[in-house]
Amino acid sequence: MTRIGVVTFPGTLDDRDAARAVRLAGAEAVNLFHADHDLQNVDAVVLPGGFSYGDYLRAGAISRFSPIMEQVVDAANGGMPVLGICNGFQVLTEVHLLPGSMIKNDHLHFICRDQVLRVENNDTAWTNAYESGEDITIPLKNQDGQYVADERTLDQLEAEGRVAFRYVDVNPNGSRRNIAGITNERGNVVGLMPHPEHAVEAGFGPDSREAGRGGTDGLGFFTSAINALLATA
Amino acid sequence: MATIVVHVMPKPEILDPQGKAVGNALPRLGFEGFAGVRQGKRFELTVDGEVTEELLAQAREAAETMLSNPVIEDVVAVEVVNS
Repeated sequence: MTRIGVVTFPGTLDDRDAARAVRLAGAEAVNLFHADHDLQNVDAVVLPGGFSYGDYLRAGAISRFSPIMEQVVDAANGGMPVLGICNGFQVLTEVHLLPGSMIKNDHLHFICRDQVLRVENNDTAWTNAYESGEDITIPLKNQDGQYVADERTLDQLEAEGRVAFRYVDVNPNGSRRNIAGITNERGNVVGLMPHPEHAVEAGFGPDSREAGRGGTDGLGFFTSAINALLATA
Repeated sequence: MATIVVHVMPKPEILDPQGKAVGNALPRLGFEGFAGVRQGKRFELTVDGEVTEELLAQAREAAETMLSNPVIEDVVAVEVVNS
């Protein structure tokens, strides 16, 4: 069975939800600890959301130096699928696996809403279960969610198709060019601010057309990783 | 004891939402005449004894690699303050 690791940093909040999403997608969830140098032979890694180290210094800035991140960076450079959600995305930018950074939301408020995203690149390890251009609804909840990068980097991301997700209808935090998530060149490392792991089980997700709390649009992230790993096995 | 002080500011081209909020609040409290506010960070690295060139070099490196994120921030000063 595919083994997907979920890293817990001090102050991580969504590790259990991420592990649950991995299990619901049909893989084995493996708990990984920030202070270990051991990835326990997992096939993929999720860096979940939360407030690691209380967002002290900058969101993700201290977690980036955790012992396990050495292994995560090596594995990511070797092609292992790595997904950073919210605080996990911030860690991925701080450790330079993904370009740009997140600063405080332009309106300064913490925001929590069901957010529509457009999947702009479905050729990554974490998006292959979606159609290109598909709109999905998953929760968004953050204070430091405004994606910024210099114009040259933004142009490069656009030209290379590395904007994986864009906010639809409303830009909830002032992110440049409505960017909600990006991928690295190889497509194995993906980061986004919204939370797919909170939209994986009917009855506990965002409202959907079919039923209140029925939305499961986030499950595809995790089935995508399983697909990607089976394709390369 | 001596202290190495590191000043970090958001890059000029990056919107500073915190500074903007502070700037908007100033006139509400009667502080008029300020055209803008930008909010940065000040780090105080204390040293037992003298600040050597080596320690200063380490502080500069820490400032560039950890205390600031070059994507969004500039290190505007690294200075020694003796007490």
